Amino acid sequence: MTTASIPSRTAPTGFALRRLRDLAIVATAFGVVLGTTIFARADTTLLNVSYDPTREFYKEVNQAFAAEWKAKTGETVTIRASHGGSGKQARSVIDGLDADVVTLALAADIDAIAKTTSKIPADWQKRLPHNSSPYTSTILFLVKKGNPKGITDWGDLVKPGVEVITPNPKTSGGARWNYLAAWAWAAKTYGGDDAKVRAYVTELFRHVPVLDTGARGSTTTFAQRGLGDVLLAWENEAYLVFDEFGAGKFDIVVPPYSILAEPPVALVDGNVDAKGTRRQAEAFLAFLYSETGQSLAAKHHYRPSRPEAVDKALLDRFPKVELISIDDPLFGGWTKAQAFHFGDGGTFDQLYKPAR
Amino acid sequence: MATGETFPLDPPRPRALPVPPPIGETAMARRLLVAAAVLFLALILALPLAGVFTEGLRKGWGAWLAAFADPDARAAIRLTLLVAAISVPANLVFGVAAAWAITRFSFPGRNLLVTLIDLPFSVSPVVSGLVFVLLFGANGLVGPFLKAQGIQVIFAVPGLVLATIFVTFPFVARELIPIMQAQGAADEEAALTLGASGWTIFTRVTLPNIKWGLLYGVLLCNARAMGEFGAVSVVSGHIRGLTNTVPLQVEILYNEYDFVGAFAIASALAVLALVTLVLKTFLEWRYGDELARSARH
Amino acid sequence: MTDLTMSPAPARPARSLVTGVLPGFGLAFGWTLVWLSFIVLLPLAALAWKASGLGIDGFVALLASPRVRAALELSFGAALIAALINAVFGVLVAWVLTRYRFPGRSLVDAAVDLPFALPTAVAGITLAALFARNGWLGGLLAPLGIEVAYSRAGVVVALVFVGLPFVVRTVQPLLADFDREVEEAAATLGASRAATVFRVLLPPLVPAALTGFTLAFARGVGEYGSIVFIAGNMPGVTEIAPLLVVIKLEEFDYVGATGIAVVMLAVSFALLFAINALQHWTEKRW
Repeated sequence: MTTASIPSRTAPTGFALRRLRDLAIVATAFGVVLGTTIFARADTTLLNVSYDPTREFYKEVNQAFAAEWKAKTGETVTIRASHGGSGKQARSVIDGLDADVVTLALAADIDAIAKTTSKIPADWQKRLPHNSSPYTSTILFLVKKGNPKGITDWGDLVKPGVEVITPNPKTSGGARWNYLAAWAWAAKTYGGDDAKVRAYVTELFRHVPVLDTGARGSTTTFAQRGLGDVLLAWENEAYLVFDEFGAGKFDIVVPPYSILAEPPVALVDGNVDAKGTRRQAEAFLAFLYSETGQSLAAKHHYRPSRPEAVDKALLDRFPKVELISIDDPLFGGWTKAQAFHFGDGGTFDQLYKPAR
Repeated sequence: MATGETFPLDPPRPRALPVPPPIGETAMARRLLVAAAVLFLALILALPLAGVFTEGLRKGWGAWLAAFADPDARAAIRLTLLVAAISVPANLVFGVAAAWAITRFSFPGRNLLVTLIDLPFSVSPVVSGLVFVLLFGANGLVGPFLKAQGIQVIFAVPGLVLATIFVTFPFVARELIPIMQAQGAADEEAALTLGASGWTIFTRVTLPNIKWGLLYGVLLCNARAMGEFGAVSVVSGHIRGLTNTVPLQVEILYNEYDFVGAFAIASALAVLALVTLVLKTFLEWRYGDELARSARH
Repeated sequence: MTDLTMSPAPARPARSLVTGVLPGFGLAFGWTLVWLSFIVLLPLAALAWKASGLGIDGFVALLASPRVRAALELSFGAALIAALINAVFGVLVAWVLTRYRFPGRSLVDAAVDLPFALPTAVAGITLAALFARNGWLGGLLAPLGIEVAYSRAGVVVALVFVGLPFVVRTVQPLLADFDREVEEAAATLGASRAATVFRVLLPPLVPAALTGFTLAFARGVGEYGSIVFIAGNMPGVTEIAPLLVVIKLEEFDYVGATGIAVVMLAVSFALLFAINALQHWTEKRW
């Protein structure tokens, strides 16, 4: 910068011209770099737009699928991954991110893509088996080693002195499952007494000292910062924390009753047809239901939708929990639950009263 | 800490000056001021930085270096350098033009113009990304048209560049305006009466006068361009190895509980900022005399 | 009659709106406007266009919501406090860095820019780690009953960090270019040191310090990345306005999101405009 500002005493115009020429060379160089990075990818590339906790799982799935596809057809296929909050990822696809497949946390997010663009048909969830969910999950508790506060069920979360860590249901897909699981437990426990259910959920969020924006933020708050007594977490996340932060620090508590979380997958027809990748993308989704795909899911602590395809030893790791589905009349499916609980002015907005 | 020696003002100039008369603060006052400044910086700046480096080096230098061997991390570094290399010069040219118009002329709406230049700072990074989505997204104002021409703006390099330019927009201009204001136009007007052309006035009179401000502006602009997170996060699409810049890569690693990798790369950004500053000091030392001389011509 | 028609028009220069004798106004002003329009005004127009879907009633309802108001108050209030802290300490740091020599000076000088280079998320994570109950500083403050992480104080701390370089770097070049002769003249004329500092040295710094304050403030109002990690994000307590924008977006409510953004923008614009006018006035004054 400063070299450029040293005035040339002899020939200002020549100096200026030289700079212009240099500038042109630099600009051309950048143009070339840009061009090559954007266009020099001839092989088939699929883009899988997914949510946060699936990173480790899809890293393996993507490699396994590429290897299998190469063996089967001789074609090279690269799968690029994009991870982020489920809602944010759905919005990116709506705004033009060229996803071939979406593998998100909630059916509501894929519904939003189907509704606002013509890229996914409205009946997408019927196109693949098991509600388009090749794997399911549930919500468990993670507590400090030895469970000093004696937390065993949802009712214990509102005992005096217990601090609960959960992300914000308004910004995190996982937190919505947490919220609905708590709601479902209360509805069952209080026999559908609406006032008592609401009182319980209100009280629960009075015990929450920090609302992180995403599931992984909450995990860090709990595991790294040492805040809170119990973390409400995806089943696979709870086990991942076990692996990442050391088994000696935490215990997993399995409540007797929780929610069946179905993270769905879908083909983005509009994009695959424009890119000519339908064949590979469909094969990728089918691969998730294959023996390899299902075993990988189980390995990463997602409950396989086709347990018969998976080794029994892997299945035995999943604790037995009574699970309620989002399609239960209590919730009436995602579209209804989303608007009723998490929409602007929904139950979360009505009930949330911070302790401080 | 403070030895309390009066430090000459402009590094190059004082060498030419005789020892100034005793006009500084008392030794006590100097020490107190230095102590207060250092304490403040230690709390606000040094501790967080130490935190970043401790985390990054938790598993030793081997793990620190290993973080850069990852192809995704390298792609992110290349992308960040590319984005900065386009955005910073663009804002440099704009900043000089804006400062020239604003400080050397008086015209109606001048305050309004200054305020408009500041505006991108007050726009939340989240919103800065969003505005480009509203323009260039698949449902945006011009997005569908560009898409039909085969031009992808957001979720690709052009979107990242636009968002970065937006976020760093005011830096150079805002750095130059107060300096050029304080200096006044007398030198340039003198050159004009001596018959110098506009370009000559600018390169021979103005540039030497504003050199340090310009440099600070560029350095800040560059640091921010490389470190920007919120706005690029919205327009990036987070495609691994393709549209992830360094800050986004840091977030990814952090969210994968790879704390060492995340902080290693973050500390590299900090080191990069230090290197540019060392470069600045070197330039001051190398060219200081020459520039100071030409400034007096 | 003839005389009258022949007499030359009074030698009054054509009244121009632009004053200034130097060349280059057209080019500089033109480019400024083009670039400003393309990068800033056009995108912000898109924002306003989207938010206009809200209608007047929508805006009123938005502003009437206690949660939105609390978030806006927090964002503006914390940014104001942080910018004030930065204005005072920023001038102090710039002063010490340009005028005194002490061990490690150049390293400290180099480090001042680091808050820009560090991604805001990293800054937030690191500050949260420092000030959490099990952190280096949080552990010291907790026995005193001071909670910084996950409180409003945490928001201010993050904003002081993020905005620090603004004041230092706007004041520093001015101090570096300061003419020693003025100071010497004041001393020679018998002014006390305090009088020299407060009446000769500091007043010319006011415009630059105001600029730095303005920028730090403006930046603080919109800051998101670092705050969400340290604030705790409790609605109505530590929830900042940009987070509300994100929450609206999560609901696919683009209109609501842009509505909050436009409100923030309008308030910031008014404040910036007032400060810039004030700065212009202080410049003229001294």
